[in-house]
Amino acid sequence: MIGLGAVYGITGVMFAIIAVMSAADRDNPKRWSNAGFWGLFAASFLFGDRLGDFGNGLLVLAMVAIAGTVGLGLARPATTAPEERQILARKFGNTIFMPALAIPVVTVIGSLTFKYSSLIDPMQVTLVALALAALVALALARILLHQPVKAALQEGRRLMDLLGWAALLPQMLAALGAVFALAGVGTAISHIAAEIIPTGSRIAVIASYTFGMALFTAIMGNAFAAFPVMTIGIGLPLIVTKFGGNPAIMSAIGMLSGFCGTLTTPMAANFNLVPAALLGLENRYAVIKAQIPTAIILLAVNTVLMYALVFQK
Amino acid sequence: MLSLLGVAVVVIGFVARINPLLVVMTAAIVGGVAGGLDFFAVIAAFGKAFNENRFVSVTWLVLPAIGALERAGLQERARDLIVRIRAASVFSILCTYLLVRQVVAALGLTSLGGQATMIRPLIAPMAVAAAEGKHGMLSGPLRDAIRAQSAAAENVAWFFGEDIFVAVGSILLIKGVLEQNGIIVQPVQLSLWAIPTAVAAFLIHATRLFFFGRRVKRATRS
Repeated sequence: MIGLGAVYGITGVMFAIIAVMSAADRDNPKRWSNAGFWGLFAASFLFGDRLGDFGNGLLVLAMVAIAGTVGLGLARPATTAPEERQILARKFGNTIFMPALAIPVVTVIGSLTFKYSSLIDPMQVTLVALALAALVALALARILLHQPVKAALQEGRRLMDLLGWAALLPQMLAALGAVFALAGVGTAISHIAAEIIPTGSRIAVIASYTFGMALFTAIMGNAFAAFPVMTIGIGLPLIVTKFGGNPAIMSAIGMLSGFCGTLTTPMAANFNLVPAALLGLENRYAVIKAQIPTAIILLAVNTVLMYALVFQK
Repeated sequence: MLSLLGVAVVVIGFVARINPLLVVMTAAIVGGVAGGLDFFAVIAAFGKAFNENRFVSVTWLVLPAIGALERAGLQERARDLIVRIRAASVFSILCTYLLVRQVVAALGLTSLGGQATMIRPLIAPMAVAAAEGKHGMLSGPLRDAIRAQSAAAENVAWFFGEDIFVAVGSILLIKGVLEQNGIIVQPVQLSLWAIPTAVAAFLIHATRLFFFGRRVKRATRS
């Protein structure tokens, strides 16, 4: 059955090739650093399940040591010049969009239809569809636009180097969340929240819940971690039991208040820091800066909405 | 309570702009040890979770294809198209993307979009091109601001669109948490009550994009 194993296998092979290409890149003064970093990432995808927990921990430590002390260099593999790209863009016309649009289209079709196939692990349809979409786009670029696979991999290396440490951060933060949960960070925060929450008036309780969701989400980087703690700690005992609020309305708006927190935090790296790296922005917090006003206004609106809607007759 | 030292490390590290990988690793060790775990247990727990979360990094599989398309002139083609449309502006492009992306996410098609597959190769170059077509070459900071707004439109649209679809992860999580506490709700009730916030998110962000468009215009005039 095609599942995670195959997807991780392909990803691992891609990073292994990027590592080898990095090692061969004499123009990059830090080429061994890049080769080591992407090579370890490849090893994680290819052999992660056989390394054991502590082995995986050491692998991460080594990657962090490389990126955090020596640092990664930026590959500049030979590519087309801007003028060449302008000419190619005219030549190919709108055909050039086909492989680009194939990625979302194949991913969506795959994630909707693969569950009916016995060949594919029904739990992993989206990831399998995404991997397939990447390969289809690569094939279309080869056939329609005559882009050799080797050149595509060099371009992939250029973009991975542009991401650098940001490429690893989403996975690192997910792991940090797991360690924090073990260490009892969630319970500690809910204890503090319980101490300082005013319980007297409806509006105070509602504001504590919506702002608490946003703040806790900003700290943990993930509304999914905040929701159970805040809802069991404040939402259900106070808004629902004490004041008779509707739990469905409270939860729906509460979760979306958490998402306001997601917009503001570097802890949600894949949404906020990775795009800044991917777009080559000078300020790594530029995307957060663009989102903060929307997040604050929407959080206030959510608080008012919940106050107006949650106490239904 | 001591485990909160880990959170403090994260806050200080991010504010001081230290390499985030170092910050996260240090925070895990400090938070874990302060929370009563021993050093080796922290490293093992971190390694285990890192290995289990490899799926979040699978998205990088699309980068060779995206890079190959850029090599063949994808961003240039997107720009050419936009410059030809006279009505195209930073506001009209980002606002249209915001609306379409939000509606499509509400229908459950959350993979139609994405920072690597839509924003970097298509939407951000289009928004920059629309501004440059109207106002000539932009300064570096202004171009960065337009790119950052493109990434922000993607996030706002996705976050506040997907919850209208019943089978999305957050809806299922809410249902599960409420169920554990003896409250049965239907996913469709939860999706329904996500709509007011979704509408508000669109209105707020579209208004902000409108003013951002005006700011771009003003900045290029001087």
